[in-house]
Amino acid sequence: MRQIDADFLALPLRRLADAALQRARDLGAEHASFRLERVRAENLRLFDARLEGAMDADDLGFAVRVVKDGTWGFASGIELTPEAAARAAEEAVRVAAVSAPINREPVELAPEPVHADVTWVSSYEVDPFEVPLPEKAALLGDWSAGMLGGVDHVSASLMQVKEQKFYADTAGTVTTQQRVRIHPVLTAMKADGRRFDDMRTLAPPAGRGYEYLTGVGWDFPAEIAELPELLAEKLKAPSVEAGAYDLVIHPSNLWLTIHESIGHATELDRALGYEAAYAGMSFATFDKLGNLHYGSPVMNVVGDRTVEHGLATVGWDDEGVAGQSFDIVSEGTLVGYQLDRRMALLKGLGRSNGCAFADSPGHVPIQRMANVSLRPAEGGPSTEELISRVERGVYIVGDKSWSIDMQRYNFQFTGQRFYKIENGRLAGQLRDVAYQATTTDFWRSMEAAGGPETYVLGGAFNCGKGQPGQIAPVSHGAPSALFRGVRILNTVQEGGK
Amino acid sequence: MSDVVATTPQETVERALALSGADDRMVIADEGSTANLRFAGNTLTTNGVARSSRLTVISIVGQGVGVVSRSAVRPDQLADVVAAADRAAREAQPSEDARPLVPGTASADWDRAVEPTNIEVFRDFAPALGEAFAAAEASGRRLYGFAEHTLTSTFMGSSSGLRLRHDQPTGRLELNAKSRDMARSAWTGVATRDFRDVDVAALDTTLAQRLEWAKRRVSLDAGRYETILPPTAVSDLMIYLYWSAGARDAADGRTVFSRPGGGTRVGDRLSDLPLRLYSDPAHPGIECAPFVVAHTSSREESVFDNGLTLGSTDWISGGTLSGLVQTRHSAELTELAATPRVDNLIMTGPEGGRSLDEMIADTRRGLLLTCLWYIREVDPQTLLLTGLTRDGVYLVEEGEVVGEVNNFRFNESPVDLLGRLTEVGASGQTLPREWSDYFTRAVMPPVRVPDFNMSTVSQAN
Repeated sequence: MRQIDADFLALPLRRLADAALQRARDLGAEHASFRLERVRAENLRLFDARLEGAMDADDLGFAVRVVKDGTWGFASGIELTPEAAARAAEEAVRVAAVSAPINREPVELAPEPVHADVTWVSSYEVDPFEVPLPEKAALLGDWSAGMLGGVDHVSASLMQVKEQKFYADTAGTVTTQQRVRIHPVLTAMKADGRRFDDMRTLAPPAGRGYEYLTGVGWDFPAEIAELPELLAEKLKAPSVEAGAYDLVIHPSNLWLTIHESIGHATELDRALGYEAAYAGMSFATFDKLGNLHYGSPVMNVVGDRTVEHGLATVGWDDEGVAGQSFDIVSEGTLVGYQLDRRMALLKGLGRSNGCAFADSPGHVPIQRMANVSLRPAEGGPSTEELISRVERGVYIVGDKSWSIDMQRYNFQFTGQRFYKIENGRLAGQLRDVAYQATTTDFWRSMEAAGGPETYVLGGAFNCGKGQPGQIAPVSHGAPSALFRGVRILNTVQEGGK
Repeated sequence: MSDVVATTPQETVERALALSGADDRMVIADEGSTANLRFAGNTLTTNGVARSSRLTVISIVGQGVGVVSRSAVRPDQLADVVAAADRAAREAQPSEDARPLVPGTASADWDRAVEPTNIEVFRDFAPALGEAFAAAEASGRRLYGFAEHTLTSTFMGSSSGLRLRHDQPTGRLELNAKSRDMARSAWTGVATRDFRDVDVAALDTTLAQRLEWAKRRVSLDAGRYETILPPTAVSDLMIYLYWSAGARDAADGRTVFSRPGGGTRVGDRLSDLPLRLYSDPAHPGIECAPFVVAHTSSREESVFDNGLTLGSTDWISGGTLSGLVQTRHSAELTELAATPRVDNLIMTGPEGGRSLDEMIADTRRGLLLTCLWYIREVDPQTLLLTGLTRDGVYLVEEGEVVGEVNNFRFNESPVDLLGRLTEVGASGQTLPREWSDYFTRAVMPPVRVPDFNMSTVSQAN
């Protein structure tokens, strides 16, 4: 088990927290929290096995959030002194005062047990920031060079993040956490004179360390070896005939559909309208809790902030609430939302399920997504068995383009690879494929979820939400699954060609 | 450790340049400040003020580049940051974009102190917004939205003598009105440099009128419709086109601007109309940095170009593709002019373009959009984009808005659209609805498309 870095613990965490929280108390705040964090990120980009750019950056600072006379106030600072922390508390109170004329809904927070001086570190072996950049560039360069014989170009990237957070509030909770995540991507490109296309690795981003690139959790050499031939086949593939098809969707594609059509749709701030002007609302409004027929009876969805290697996994959230696991959809019915402390109390839902997150010290915590995952069926079918049940259909692998409306009804997705299914067997790749559906129609058409052996944890580093815009890392687990009668578009025809 | 941060960004730049032992050095100090108010249902939801301070050290040894960027750097940490960049440069492979650094010039206001923004920027606006909430509540409307003001001061120094400074204020108000039952929705937004020119009551009046339009509902099927896109919708499509206009990717055969068989499509006619799409850092109201600021090299920018003067740059001229975004390095590869990205975008059509209202009045039957949303690329070869209409699609008959139509998912390529436009109206400053987190400085016209592809109906309202 890794430990929290000594240089982070050496920062004046408690001195600054004490100064800020005391100043907030002195100014009459009903509640105050202090958060100091350092987010370090290193990105490498290679093109045709040459390093094109590398950036090693961090973001260090602190934030004070108060509730004063029922109104939020927030201020952040970068000078790590008790005096600056106290000034930030004063500024947060001032922000609350300026904002009071436009606040018509007093802020109260759901109770949470005090977590006094607790620590948590994510599950990883090798800190990627301890691996020299030339070593990482050389590995990506070798992988890229290996593909260049069979394709025209190869791009490669490696994103690595280490997030360290210290949190304290006036209730007495004090938490210190550190987590690491990593995402390698290789994309092969090829043209045949008439058209060009690309194909990238399916390896998902993971809450792991550098060991992810050296054989733990994914077999990169094996996946990379297959890409040139798969891309060549895709370029020669016939264009899909638009129409209704049965789909078998691999978790490398389905995670993104889950993210957009379930993950965001079951955020309570959306359902309540807090995101109405920007990210949008949700068809899954609060009055539908417990009675919305979201999907078929084989649909079971869980929100989780505890799963090992999950990108949204934490010990405690940014309101001091412990990470939890909770049901969102049970046997096809909506049974839960993702919450923060204000909304949990506002809607009488008891304790928050720990979904508050801020992506930097300069941003306020908002309700962000847990690892929202579709449960596999115990003893359920393999991917091959799912395919065998389809007479005329498409098997979809890997994510690519995505779009969904502002109430999470209408979506359209593409993928990395599409295979024609004929009489229960794969019959070569197709191209120009997109699938389009309404969320509840789609999930109600799910006939079968695959078994645990088909389950993969996918995800993304950069889920966007809120104003000012914030990004959040999040994982989504899914089995392979079978859907009946989904609309397939031909994207070339959609473009009017 | 020291608790003191007591230096100016200008001093930090000078000290970092002096500390580096690299062959060439560049240092960029970005000092940021921001204030924001967010609201929903006629009440505040979140707010805040924040400061940021980022130092980026770019060291060059031979042709190797090392870049280290750190926030809130204290004076006693500066040597470590510079040493890390120097070390990275020594270990780096030669960079293919390596060029001589841009020769030194100095901004006249280099020494002036940073004047951050703060919550007081809303001192007059917040009460006006409060009054708009009260008026909306009394009239059965709910207001949602976001007001943000940021100021970023960038200081760039180099061993070649550059001492350049740019102060970039950026402000925006997004205002969304909904009927009490949430069945009707309308949106407007404005870009501003200081919020002194924002008339929230007037904006709310416009939204109230649109909610009135929406009281009559008309259901339409998916299909191709004559459609008027207002400037905000045009900006979101043209910004995506601009982001896809990298010369290097085009030359490598990866984009809609790639010529089949090799090279780029520069010189190809994209529209029979005299369209101009260009950027100009001095354009009134949307002024932006007049020199290149690259914190790291990528396909479309090079740290070696830092400080290069930016001027008015045509991307499409007279309806013909005339330029692509590129560095000095990619300009040599493509044998075109070096035309780095500029942080604003302007589109104009023929002289005498009509206003949006005049275009509506001259429409026999068509759709009027409010804005587009969730725009994503489907096919890079054609730049086919998908997305949704949002917050008001209105049916126009015999020159008048007669009701609100359901929302649609569209599938369209902005490049293909340019060739199908039948009218381009008068250009004016607008706020891109989808991309305003990243791009707020745009001047765009309304346009008329005879056959906009509404691929399917969306139930969202």
